[in-house]
Amino acid sequence: MTGGKPRSPRGTKYEKAEFPVFEFPVVGKARYEYTTGEALGRFLAGLKEGKILGTYCAKCGRVFVPPRMYCSYCFREVDGWVEARDEGVVVTGVMSYISATRARLERPVAVGVVKLDVPGRQFDDHFFPGLMHYICGASEDDVKSMRIFGARVKARWRPPEQRTGSITDIECFEVVRP
Amino acid sequence: MTGRNLNFKHRVAVVGAGLTLFRSRLLETPQELAWLAAKQALDEAGLTLKDIDCVVIGSAPDAFDGVHMKGEYLAEGAGGIHKPTIRVFVGGATGVFVPIAAWWHVASGLCKRVLAVAEEKMSHAARPHTQYVFRYIWDPIVEKPLNPNLIWIFAMEMHRYMHKCGVKKEDVALVSVKNKRNACGHPSAQLCMPNITVDDVLKSEVLVWPVQLLDISPTSDGAAAVVLASEEEARRITDTPVWIKGIGWTLDTTHWTNRDLAYPEYVRRAAEMAYRMAGIDNPRKQIDVAEPYDPFDYKELHHMEGLGLAKKCEAPVLTREGVTQRDGDLPINPSGGLLGVGNPIAAAGLMKVAEIFWQVRGEAGERQVKKPVYTGLAQAWGDLMQAGTVVVMGI
Repeated sequence: MTGGKPRSPRGTKYEKAEFPVFEFPVVGKARYEYTTGEALGRFLAGLKEGKILGTYCAKCGRVFVPPRMYCSYCFREVDGWVEARDEGVVVTGVMSYISATRARLERPVAVGVVKLDVPGRQFDDHFFPGLMHYICGASEDDVKSMRIFGARVKARWRPPEQRTGSITDIECFEVVRP
Repeated sequence: MTGRNLNFKHRVAVVGAGLTLFRSRLLETPQELAWLAAKQALDEAGLTLKDIDCVVIGSAPDAFDGVHMKGEYLAEGAGGIHKPTIRVFVGGATGVFVPIAAWWHVASGLCKRVLAVAEEKMSHAARPHTQYVFRYIWDPIVEKPLNPNLIWIFAMEMHRYMHKCGVKKEDVALVSVKNKRNACGHPSAQLCMPNITVDDVLKSEVLVWPVQLLDISPTSDGAAAVVLASEEEARRITDTPVWIKGIGWTLDTTHWTNRDLAYPEYVRRAAEMAYRMAGIDNPRKQIDVAEPYDPFDYKELHHMEGLGLAKKCEAPVLTREGVTQRDGDLPINPSGGLLGVGNPIAAAGLMKVAEIFWQVRGEAGERQVKKPVYTGLAQAWGDLMQAGTVVVMGI
């Protein structure tokens, strides 16, 4: 007895085997078909050509990767497109030991956020062009020791004939060893 | 009172709160859970459903309970039939958004007594794993094709925070230890672990480094409810109303890969709005007890800093020094938080509001903090490091 409130909260704990449950598939065979939109449509077409494209707002100077068709801060249409380099630095990196369904992976994979270089522009930590992606060439120790932070990485592209216009046209961002 | 975002007619008080047990699996349907919590809150306030003008419901993604239109579905158990009833939703921040929405129902003069109910039944989303449901929060074009697990994003935020502030895993694990021990004083708690040590956390299964199993709150079923009333009604209902002194909420962009994850801007802005309304200019001194959102241990630290309860990078120091213990100078999550009491998403946020209500009234039993409580704070966060909701309460 803890003496405090809530007094005698109710609820019937059970183990799965004790009661019948009624199963239903989430959506059966139904699948979503997402449209890419204007800005991401062009971004994906760029990936197919081996380019990472972004948009920019001339009013506030922000560069958007992934691109938007509008600046959500100035609330106006962006002023045009820029090409980011396919390299940058890791601003955060982690090592995943589980899959999307929480099954253990045979080998862990590194993932992180890459802050991309855009020629002629500088970005602080507060707002920058950046993508989440796999980091290849990073060991468990690179991640656990935090050496991965600030590491330079460069996109490893799939061969042109295998590209489909998807974020996976980049296989991963590979650590550039000096 | 006037000011930016701060025009309202009536002061609003909490006059009753109720909770179910929080467990990984409960037999009760979502509607039944909502009813159990709602009934307890009404009973505690000495009211019946006839006394309630409006109902506010909160629940996180429909996909957990596996029922579409969850607000409409829950209305029955939440007392919402034939009344103005609404469901609000801002992901994990929903639980603290429920009393915020209930507040504006009363503050505007539209309703005098409002029943606010939050429910979540994560166990329904059984296979392949409850986590799988979270796939739908990722961007379908640039993120989902990478086949992410939800924990990735928290691991990235945690690691960024650790990197920027020079925080060790041992420091973060102290939060999990504190909260899972605190939970032993909570009658609803799912994960009371009286003997847990930092070592246990550090030896638990590594999911996505730096996140390990005991760094995370469990998946849970449960419900929570509070009753809000206008000043006139509140004084009629109880001698000890707990006033809602400030509310705040904000969203940041879903484009989380474009901003620094080391500091929760979304919480800072929500807190500033609530503090302005509550007349708080030094939260570290003026808040006596706080329930920041702690689905992960590092999140408690992160949110303390966003709330201004600690300076940037200072929360781990306060934790190590024992300041955040129940008998400390700034007790944090005396309930046991999500890490200890459990995390039925929306219900967990509202549990925090209920905890502050009971702490201010001195009714928290063995969880009651040592120092006198005049002002407390509950906060939740949700979506892609995005939504911040804050409520300041007090006598």
